[in-house]
Amino acid sequence: MMAVLVVAVAVQRNLFSVVVLTGIYSFLMATVMVALDAVDVAMTEASVGAGISTVLLLGALYLVRADEAKPMHRPLLPLLVSIGVGVALVYGTLGLPAFSDPSAPIHTHVAPRYLNDALRETGVPNVVTAVLASYRGFDTLGEAMVVFTAGAGVVALLRRRRRDVGDGK
Amino acid sequence: MKNDLVLRVVAKLFMPFMLLFALYVQFHGELGPGGGFQAGVIVAAAVILYAIVFGLPAARRLVPDAIVESMMAIGVLIYAGVGVAGLLMGGAYLDYFVLDRDPVHGQERGIFWVEVGVAITVSSVMLKIFSMFASRGHDPDE
Repeated sequence: MMAVLVVAVAVQRNLFSVVVLTGIYSFLMATVMVALDAVDVAMTEASVGAGISTVLLLGALYLVRADEAKPMHRPLLPLLVSIGVGVALVYGTLGLPAFSDPSAPIHTHVAPRYLNDALRETGVPNVVTAVLASYRGFDTLGEAMVVFTAGAGVVALLRRRRRDVGDGK
Repeated sequence: MKNDLVLRVVAKLFMPFMLLFALYVQFHGELGPGGGFQAGVIVAAAVILYAIVFGLPAARRLVPDAIVESMMAIGVLIYAGVGVAGLLMGGAYLDYFVLDRDPVHGQERGIFWVEVGVAITVSSVMLKIFSMFASRGHDPDE
């Protein structure tokens, strides 16, 4: 079903349908995350991927034409590049440990300590929250900084332009 | 969409529940799925719904630009302030153990304020990005 959606997104020339289809794709991705027991990620995917980014894309669509322009040259080289990257990525995944293999490096490093000690050390039953806010507090601080910088960048770029327009009148 | 009665009524009905759900996600994030980031996004989505149905100027009256812009910085400052509080109370930066006499309570307190900071920053940044994009092409002093 997701593959059908991807093909539809690639074929579709009407940008409005593309935006709606990517929103549906995000929701399907969220259900995949739920199936993988990553409920926190699923929630983020559903709210950010399907919700906010769809709205932002629609807002951007309001400013441009609704139909994709015809490509200027044949898409042979991009097609080759993306197939090459895809093959390389699939080849890379062959070297990964099997799915939910208990002896995989990710399950033997710090994860057992978090899972076993998080409740006792932090008093927070949701291990994801404990890891995000406490054990990896610096990373999350960095993420908050990134979000803030993104907002500040958008404000700086778009507001100056608006004032220029006002001056020009 | 300002003249669509059904949309207006449904949007007004939805707003409190969306905000309540955001608060639930925020403060229940320690027990179930969720946390500051998701809660912030839900708050932003509620206000964006309001802006889409009632128009951007109405949403700007509801949440003035100055508040949104200062909230962007306040959230990060709360987060960083938790770290500084840890320093002042005799730990390392972002050490939560020292925030209370009981280290576990200190952890809970630190995580709580950190999540509050994340939620404030995320919600205001999402809102700001939306309103910046949505207000392009219109009169700037609208």
